[in-house]
Amino acid sequence: MIKVEGLTKRYARTVAVDDISFEVEKGQIVGFLGPNGAGKTTTMRVLTCFLPPTAGTAQVAGFDVLEQPLEVKKRIGYLPETPPLYPDMEVGEYLTFVGKLKGLATSDVPKRVNDVCDRCAITDVKSKLIGKLSKGYRQRVGLAQAILHNPDVLILDEPTSGLDPKQIIETRELIRSLAGDHTIILSTHILSEVEHSCERVVIINQGKLVAQDTVINLTNRLRGSEQVALEIQASNGNLNHAEVRQRLEQVAGVGRVVLKDTKDNHCAFEVESLQGRSIRAELARAVVTAGWDLNELRPVGFSLEDIFLQLTAAEKANKPEEVGKPEKVEKTTEAGV
Amino acid sequence: MRNVMVIFKKELKSYFASPIAYLLLAIFAVIFGFFFYSAVRFFILQGMQMQMMGRGAPMDVNEYVIRPLLTNASVIGLFLIPMITMRLYAEEKRSGTIELLMTSPVRDLEIVLGKWLAALVMYASILAVSGINIAVLYAFGRPDLKPILVGFLGLLLQGGCLLAIGTFISTLTKNQIIAGGATFAVCLMLWVLDWVSAYDQSAWAKIVSYLSVVTHFEPFSKGVVDTKDIIFYLSMIFFGLFLTTRSMESLRWRA
Repeated sequence: MIKVEGLTKRYARTVAVDDISFEVEKGQIVGFLGPNGAGKTTTMRVLTCFLPPTAGTAQVAGFDVLEQPLEVKKRIGYLPETPPLYPDMEVGEYLTFVGKLKGLATSDVPKRVNDVCDRCAITDVKSKLIGKLSKGYRQRVGLAQAILHNPDVLILDEPTSGLDPKQIIETRELIRSLAGDHTIILSTHILSEVEHSCERVVIINQGKLVAQDTVINLTNRLRGSEQVALEIQASNGNLNHAEVRQRLEQVAGVGRVVLKDTKDNHCAFEVESLQGRSIRAELARAVVTAGWDLNELRPVGFSLEDIFLQLTAAEKANKPEEVGKPEKVEKTTEAGV
Repeated sequence: MRNVMVIFKKELKSYFASPIAYLLLAIFAVIFGFFFYSAVRFFILQGMQMQMMGRGAPMDVNEYVIRPLLTNASVIGLFLIPMITMRLYAEEKRSGTIELLMTSPVRDLEIVLGKWLAALVMYASILAVSGINIAVLYAFGRPDLKPILVGFLGLLLQGGCLLAIGTFISTLTKNQIIAGGATFAVCLMLWVLDWVSAYDQSAWAKIVSYLSVVTHFEPFSKGVVDTKDIIFYLSMIFFGLFLTTRSMESLRWRA
């Protein structure tokens, strides 16, 4: 559905997006992840035909953004970082305007407007001036505007920014309910957001593609060792945590044991396995045979946070090596000119 | 064409949804009203003097009241036009709504035409206020209608060309004040260019004074429709709108 190849966008002095390639299949939700200023918004603006790429191509539904922008625009719903709202228009009036602008038949507009108002839960403010709405409502009107003409592709730039926790959950649910019929790209710098709503992640940092994969693959790929949280209790009398620690360290495959918390008769540990070893069963057995109660045994997965930090750190660490390669040197000088 | 109308209606509505339209209408009504009052009083005074001197020849209302009024109306227009056009793009650029327009399946030219037409209709409705005053003349006299209509055609053409330039200038900045100020400067310049013809008769001076919007309005105020003036105004409008479209395109490259 979306195909980006070698996309580069250079502003006067800076390279915002540097040679990014990725593809998105129909019906997928893809998270665009990166710190602020990584080039997420620029990439989205290229996809929506707002900005032309400096080099490379971008295709939406088989149409090139430079060659056939009108065809691309017909198939795209776009929610920019700040929702594009006219403060002196009423919500219903605004959506009607957008509907016509997006090319909906005049007779279909009222029905579509009602539909999206229901869907985005803004029916109660339909006759209010946009300028008088709260940030959360504005964001939802922005989202309603994006899905109004039922586009094949939805591009959402930080759709949940500025919403309260309840609204964030509602928005995520809304986005997930749109998947299937729509291909969705959403950008965010909040990692849990991607974990919650996306099937695939594209991670970019400083304009470069760092990784792209499914969320599960990414977590698996980076999980070399297993981390387990344990809570142990002694049913009779006090518990000596040094003794427990010693016992845990004796279990085969255990790498590191960290004491997290201790109270008179129970204590909590975090145990990390050696590379590629599974230790949960052994740990449980060891605790039980020692006569303690096992209150909790929980695998601590790598969060996207860890992955992200690891990837961006790896990027930095790799750099000095790569400078030695002739190809890279050429590129740097080119950028310098 | 449908897209042009969609943009046009939205823009026109937003003039009348904000105080701008009413402010402009009020300014024009007051200032034009004053001019009208002065012109009529002067006309009456002169008429009485003529009669006292025994020359009772009927004086021409078109010549002595309406013609100076039309010229005055075009001067007021000069001040109001920057206020009409300054928000057209500057506001959209500042609030980010330009992103909505430019990512919708609409051609740049359609956006430009819609906005310019809305500005033109806004300007026309301001001019229409003067119809009240002109109607008063009909209550007491019999001015010739055709020169009045021609005069208003001239005002619209001149306004259209300054509005096109103002629209272009509005695409250049995010700041409405800057857009308004620069438009005013350019309008004023186009206004006074014909002064060179007063002290210079060289070919250059002729070209410069040809560019003045005033030179081309004079025949209209006399009730004369000359194709060369119409062509001047139409080509200026075309030029302004062309620049606007180009500037919109370049927004994408510059942004």
